[in-house]
Amino acid sequence: MAILDVRNLSVDYLAGECALHAVEGVSFRLEQGRSLGLVGESGCGKTTVMMALLRLLPQEGRIVDGQVVFDGRDLLQMTEAEMRRVRWCEMSMVFQGAMNALNPVRTVESQIVEVLLLHDAVDRPRAARRRAGELLEMVGIPAQRGRQYPHQYSGGMRQRAVIAMALACNPRVLIADEPTTALDVMIQAQILELLERLQAELNLSLIVVTHDLGMVAELCDDVLVMYGGMIAEYASGDELFNMPQHPYTRRLLEAFPDVEAPGSTLASIPGNPPRLDALPPGCRFEPRCDFEGRTAACGQEAPLPVEVSPGHLVACHWARRNL
Amino acid sequence: METQPILEVSDLHKHFPLARGVWGTLTRMPCRTVRAVDGVSFCVEQREILALVGESGSGKTTVGMNVLGLQQPTQGHVCFDGVDVAEWVHGRGVSVESNAQLSGVSRRRRVMILRERAQMIFQDPYESLNPRQKIFDIVAEPLEIHRLTASREEKAERVRLALETCGLAPADHFWSRFPAELSGGQRQRVAIAGALVLEPRLLVADEPVSMLDVSIRAEILNLLHTLRRERGITILYTTHDLATAGFFTDRMAVMYLGRIVELGPTAAVLSEPRHPYTRALISVIPAPNPRRRRKRQILQGEIPNAIDIPPGCRFHPRCPMAVEACRVSDPPLREVAPGHRVACHLA
Ligand SMILES: Nc1ncnc2c1ncn2[C@@H]1O[C@H](COP(=O)(O)OP(=O)(O)OP(=O)(O)O)[C@@H](O)[C@H]1O
Ligand SMILES: Nc1ncnc2c1ncn2[C@@H]1O[C@H](COP(=O)(O)OP(=O)(O)OP(=O)(O)O)[C@@H](O)[C@H]1O
Ligand code: SF4
Ligand SMILES: [Mg+2]
Ligand SMILES: [Mg+2]
Repeated sequence: MAILDVRNLSVDYLAGECALHAVEGVSFRLEQGRSLGLVGESGCGKTTVMMALLRLLPQEGRIVDGQVVFDGRDLLQMTEAEMRRVRWCEMSMVFQGAMNALNPVRTVESQIVEVLLLHDAVDRPRAARRRAGELLEMVGIPAQRGRQYPHQYSGGMRQRAVIAMALACNPRVLIADEPTTALDVMIQAQILELLERLQAELNLSLIVVTHDLGMVAELCDDVLVMYGGMIAEYASGDELFNMPQHPYTRRLLEAFPDVEAPGSTLASIPGNPPRLDALPPGCRFEPRCDFEGRTAACGQEAPLPVEVSPGHLVACHWARRNL
Repeated sequence: METQPILEVSDLHKHFPLARGVWGTLTRMPCRTVRAVDGVSFCVEQREILALVGESGSGKTTVGMNVLGLQQPTQGHVCFDGVDVAEWVHGRGVSVESNAQLSGVSRRRRVMILRERAQMIFQDPYESLNPRQKIFDIVAEPLEIHRLTASREEKAERVRLALETCGLAPADHFWSRFPAELSGGQRQRVAIAGALVLEPRLLVADEPVSMLDVSIRAEILNLLHTLRRERGITILYTTHDLATAGFFTDRMAVMYLGRIVELGPTAAVLSEPRHPYTRALISVIPAPNPRRRRKRQILQGEIPNAIDIPPGCRFHPRCPMAVEACRVSDPPLREVAPGHRVACHLA
């Protein structure tokens, strides 16, 4: 059984009178010990989906449809008190930009201790400090540096510290939202290797949210490509990178520079992602799609995901017709 | 064909003194300095695109600032169009006096001439544009400052050309908008248009795509490539991303802690990297396919700060291959193949 089964999740943001459909009908499954990459351009709703899973949407956010089944129970039906036990202890998240949001006037260790005590992971401050030290060592920071303040850490170390914090209560699912963005190439590789190692050692189920396809290719078993708040394509990493079906995925892969096969031009995807207050009536990618297999339906109806091969979903009229 | 390089950087050093603080001053602690750029030499030919790659803090931006005369070198020279840039900006010198267009010209005017010939684009398309200015005014501003246009029509024409060259066509569709109404890629295009409106010969593009989405990066890089092809613009492209540098630059210089450690034709550097640092950097570039996962050679730790530069080869504390000689002597940049230079004892 999948540890996490998200079905048909839809989220709106209320903006004055109208509701913006930020996420519509997103579904995916995550097995214990496996990893999923959620990719898509800025603003396509990646963070929104993850915040919805943890029920941490801002005030104007509303989950309007769907289920989030974690270990057999729908999180969306839980009380807030039950939910508090799930967050951190069952499913934990490294928030986008969290490394820059550490409390500057408290030591790193004390911030981890706080998480531990708050969630009853340990009952004594002394044990909490010992555990904090272990957590830091686990992510490659010498325990004694826990007594330092965030500003005494480099960017890469701060990112390690927030990963340690997210793992404090032994969650089964770890969500990392843009864990390497804004870090240097070599530090990115270090963080990638850390996540890879932690996943294997702790048998974590991992969700990596990123716009970096390379990171997903290196790290993830399955990939979900989002576009304009909806699923474009969902497949195993191997299928997605070798047999991409959705025109958007194909374009995205062509736009990714490959050092081993450099050419003199790189494909780009002209145009912009749709604005939430002016969503196209048909396929959300339609205004930018230049695929020769386009159909008349593209501009009129949103395509529903179809299974083109076992476990490979594509939301595209062309793919549906070609079945 | 014998041509003079448009840009010649020789033995450039830029050191920043660190404030000592009261205690430091009282105890007469030695004044410490940040050696941001510490002996860099390279040439850029006309119409060439040179990539300057390196991790954060390696000194890329500082090189760019010195190239444009926005900072004064601590030591060494930058020659642009045959003229020493520091002399060009700050005072008189042989290279200025002997230049027909610059000798006997006021300092203010000389700086303007430099700005007309060399421009910079910055990393952050969200911060580099004034949010209260319309696109037209942003792009027209350099023309106003340089009083380069006679009539309104001419100004509009030049702004239109710059915007349309940058793919913002038709220009009048964009120019009455504010930056907030454009996407990140479009904003970066506006920034480039602003740099192009003066028709410079040299463009220093400082990480122009690192803040942009993958899908938009390609359009900006293709634009730079087109500018070179169609307008013969010379480009110094700085980045920490070897993959983007790989596909459109002619030559590549890899920087580490204020020095160039490897310099050569891009294809050669990428396919036969000679410096251990370059090799490591290349090994961690993710391949966009799980079937091609490679062995990553991850360097532990981080680039040291530019205050305490290690003795010997400055890379030795992180180098997987270091031998005794690396700890004591600083390897010079030596030619290992035609046009391919490496600073490593083992290369
Ligand atoms: N509080 C909010 N109110 C209204 N709209 C919002 C709010 N938060 C996000 N949005 C909009 O919802 C959409 C999805 O945002 P989200 O942050 O989920 O995107 P993302 O894929 O995580 O992007 P990025 O890669 O930039 O982090 C965007 O169009 C965004 O502008
Ligand atoms: N004005 C300054 N005063 C003091 N130190 C400086 C100054 N400018 C740069 N430095 C230091 O010089 C070194 C090189 O900085 P530089 O900005 O040139 O690096 P970079 O390669 O452009 O890095 P990044 O990728 O972060 O932009 C850094 O250690 C930086 O902190
Ligand atoms: S000189 Fe030595 S330490 Fe420096 S890069 Fe070469 S092998 Fe490594
Ligand atoms: Mg996000
Ligand atoms: Mg810089």
